[in-house]
Formats: sequence, structure tokens, C-alpha cells
Amino acid sequence: MLKVNQLTRIYDEKAVVDRLSFEVGDGEFVALLGPSGCGKSTSLKMIAGLETPDAGSIELNGKDITLLAPGKRELAMVFQSYALFPHLSVKENILFGLKARKVNKSDQQKRLNSVVDLVDLGEHLNKKPGQLSGGQCQRVALARAIVSEADLCLMDEPLSNLDAKLRNEMRSEIRALQQRLGMSVIYVTHDQVEAMSMADKIVLMNDGKVEQVGVPNALYNQPETVFTAQFIGSPPMNLLPSNAHWIGVRPEHIEIREGGTAAQVISCDYHGADTIVLAEVKRGDNETATVKLRHPGHALFEAGQGISIFWESTNEHRFPRAS
Amino acid sequence: MTKSFNLKAWLLLLPALSLLVAFTHWPTLKTLWRSVTWARSDVAPSQFVGLENYQLLMDDPVFWQVIENNFWYAVGTVPTSIALAIAMALWVNGKIRHKGLLRLAYFTPTILPMITVANIWLFFYSPGIGLFDQILGSIGIQGPNWLGDPDTALPSLMAMTIWKEAGFFMIFYLAALQTLSPELYDAARLEGAGPWRIFRRITFPLLMPTTLFVLINALLNAFKLVDHLFILTKGGPNNASNLLLYYIYETAFSFLDSYYAATLTVIMLIALALIALVQILMFDRKIHYR
Repeated sequence: MLKVNQLTRIYDEKAVVDRLSFEVGDGEFVALLGPSGCGKSTSLKMIAGLETPDAGSIELNGKDITLLAPGKRELAMVFQSYALFPHLSVKENILFGLKARKVNKSDQQKRLNSVVDLVDLGEHLNKKPGQLSGGQCQRVALARAIVSEADLCLMDEPLSNLDAKLRNEMRSEIRALQQRLGMSVIYVTHDQVEAMSMADKIVLMNDGKVEQVGVPNALYNQPETVFTAQFIGSPPMNLLPSNAHWIGVRPEHIEIREGGTAAQVISCDYHGADTIVLAEVKRGDNETATVKLRHPGHALFEAGQGISIFWESTNEHRFPRAS
Repeated sequence: MTKSFNLKAWLLLLPALSLLVAFTHWPTLKTLWRSVTWARSDVAPSQFVGLENYQLLMDDPVFWQVIENNFWYAVGTVPTSIALAIAMALWVNGKIRHKGLLRLAYFTPTILPMITVANIWLFFYSPGIGLFDQILGSIGIQGPNWLGDPDTALPSLMAMTIWKEAGFFMIFYLAALQTLSPELYDAARLEGAGPWRIFRRITFPLLMPTTLFVLINALLNAFKLVDHLFILTKGGPNNASNLLLYYIYETAFSFLDSYYAATLTVIMLIALALIALVQILMFDRKIHYR
């Protein structure tokens, strides 16, 4: 339904978004993932019409919307700061767009009622945003986006202002809502956990360019670049030099067991269910590398202790090593 | 501890308090007292006359005329300068070039002292050789005697006041506009709201605290600012442009009747206090403060 083609935005002669192309299907949840400053928010703003692209095109349901005014695109958006109107009640906030679009009164009421049930805001309808908690403000912002019944909903780091516990709750709530309503969503985030757990498809961006597009599982198991390998997964994938290549191994694929490579423990980091062990291995004659491995349970190794580590060669990833 | 703390607090308050008492509260009380007394001459002892001075005031046609003038002066200048201030603030807050210069240009009338402004405008209004008459003359229209004609004297003063005040109020609106989050506007635009709806439903309501502040100040200024009268009309012709404060000044220092001037002053104080009170009571509950 949405086709982004070669989208480019240039600030001060630097392309902050560089020939970005991807597609969003009907009812698909697409995450735009990447580190801060990679251009993901700028891309979203261009799709929303709040920024003008320098090149490329955006197509929504077969219609070119590249230069259309934001209000004419039939998109909804949830902002990072929620962007609720502070002087209007929850109800007026939700109805703002419907009134602007001159939807008739009885329709307004019907849509308001159903959306209020969906996000569970019934008792707060007449409150001002200032009287609500962060989580409730988030629901109002969601309600305002849903009530518009737009073809596509854009979300710009909507959970980043919430505390960790609430973030986890809202994550599954948003995902459940999206699936129930069959909404198409573009979700911008720098948090790989959000992208991995919510998205049908991840567009991983780095430095304005698409690094890799795929389902979460593909990005995790078949990373095409060193950047993807290291960005997805926590702790990140270990990279070991091997002649002209990097060999990448995920921490959970490394076991401590006899008959492997000799390594020296540097430190241990106990996480409850497992322990992250940082160790140093020799590669070749004079190269060393550090690896992190995930050891189940509580492991107590002293710094400097010698261990033997092992991984199946099927779990190795190979990347060309740029000289 | 509380005792020494209290003492310290009073000591800290003392400098400001003594100034306030000496130059605000004491003169106010003295004026109140003066308004109910009268003396035959400066050297004669004053005697209590009750509300006799107020009775005098009721029968004074000039008093009623300055009240009426002041009313029209306020009605004519306040809404216009506020509307102009909002319009200018919205404009210089937008994406235009040479923003800084424009803001400065609009603010210039405020920097100038009222006396200077009045002198500049005296030239604008001069019959025959003034700017306005020259412009009108060049298209073949003979301008009126702006300041000399009872019909145009007060409106002429009002035009100048609007010119002077709008830039000042613009600064407050500009400051308020810059605290509004751009994301609110992004959200409103995405929801399909046009510029007029955005102004009416978002910008204007969010500017209400500023508007209340500016409105009170503008109304008070309509009574307080009379410097230009000294230069331009001296209240004339035939009191057509006379305002309450200028009339008080005339009564006290030209007619040397400080008792009647005190009475007029009390009326003015009551009027100003009422205006402020009514506005705060009327608007305060409707305004969204952050």
C-alpha cells in the first residue's frame, strides 16, 4: 500500500536520508530501526509530509503523495512527545481531526465511543492531558490516531517517554491493537527489542541508508553486514578476525567446554538467568580478540582464569573484512 | 529559631517595603484623605467635607467628557493594538527572511520615549506641511486639521497609541509563540486542520494567558499614558482629546486645586482596580495555564 522509492533528504550538502526504498503491505507492521541520527525520523516526517524530500517519491495506495499537504494524505501519526493539545480535553483531542474533516456529529460520537473502549480511556474523557499519567497520554495519542481510520499510521518512538515496565505493557498492547484493527503501521524506534518483538518487517537504517530489510528472524539469523550483525542482538555478535574475513558468532552459541579454543576470562556479568562472560582469545600469531558468551546460570570465573570455548561451525557467520 | 528567622525575613523585606510604603501606600492613603477635605487656600487649614468633592465631580461636565473620551480611547486602541500585535508576532515568528530585522523594526516604537514619539507624530499631523497632508495632497485631497479639529483629535491620538503599543505587545506574543511545541502544529496539520482552524483552536487559546496579561496592561496604559497629550493637543480642542489622567494633572498643577485632583485620582484608582478585577475574574477560569 505504501511505496517509498529512492527517498532522499539533504541537509548542508549531507544526505541524512540517502535513496531510501521500502514497502509497507496492507496490515503490515514495519519498524524503521537504527541508531540516533540515522535518518529514520526524517524519513517518517517526509512520509507524513512534514518535511519535503529532495528526491524520490512516496506512493500511497497507488497515488503519488510526495508533495501533498500533510492533512490531505489520510495518514495518522503518534508523536514521541504525544503532541496532545494541552488546553483541550481528552475527548476534544481525540475528536480534533474528525471536526477538522467535518465528519458528521453522530459519526463522531460513534467513532469516539468505539476508540475509547479500545484504549480504555472511558473515565478520563473530560480531563486535560496535564491531569493524565504518561501512559494515559500515550493512549490518548493512540486513540487520536486510531479514530481517524487512516490507511496508514506513523509512530515516532511512541514509547520512549515511558518507564521500562509501562513500555513493555504498551508494546504488546499496541501490537495487539494493530493486529486486531488490521492497521498498517510504520514504527520508528532505536530500540531493537521493540522492533524485534512488534514488527512484521524491519527496515534497518544506518547513516541515512538502508542496511538490511527483512523479517526480525532474518535480521537476527542472516545478517548481511557487520553493522546488522552488531546492531541486532544483545550483547552484540562477536567478531573474530580470520584472514580476509570476520567470523561472527552470537554469544549464546558459544559454550564453555573442553576441546575448544583456549581463552582467558576478563570479567563476568551476572544477569540472573545467565552470566555474560567476557574473555580474550588468541587469533593467529599476534592477534587477540575479545568475545562475550552467554553462560546459563550463575558462573563464577576469576579474572585471568583459563577456559576453553567452543561453537558449532554452523553458527558462524562470515563477513568480508574491509582492509 | 522561628523568631530570628522572622526577624531576618522582615529585615530582608525592609528596603522594598519602605520604598513601597513611602511612595505608593502612604500617598494613596493621603490622596484618599485629601479627597474628602477642602481648604480655602494653600495656607488655610483643611477641613473635612465628607463627599462634597464627589458631589462636585458629578456635576462637572469636563469630568464626564474625559471619562467618555477615555472610554472611547480604550475601546479604540486596546483591541486593535492586540490584534495587530498577534498578527505581527505570527508573521515574524514564521519562516521568513531577515526575521531579526523585522522584529527590531516592529519593536522600535516601543524603545522610543513617548515624548519623542509624540514629536515625530506632531510632524506627521501638521496641517499642510505634515506627512499625512503631503501624501493626501499629492493625490489631490485636502487633509483635515488632524489635531485641531474636535472630530479628529482623539482618533489621531488613538492611531499614534496603537502604533506605539502594538510592537510592545508583539514581543510578549512572540515570546509566548516560541514556547509552543512545533509538534502540536505538525499534529494539527496531519489531522487536516487548515491555518484558520489551527489559529482559532490551538494558537489563540494557548496564547490566552499572554492575552490576559497584555489586555490588563493595555487597559491600564489607556488610562496611564498621557505624555503625548503634552506635546500634541494638551487635551484640546475644547477638551475633545482630554483624558482622565491629563485632567488630573491640569486640575492639580494648572488650576492648583489639589483637593479636587485627589478626588479625581481616587475615581481613577477605583476604575483601574475594577478593570483588573473584572478581567481576572472573567478570564482566569477559562484560560489554560501550563
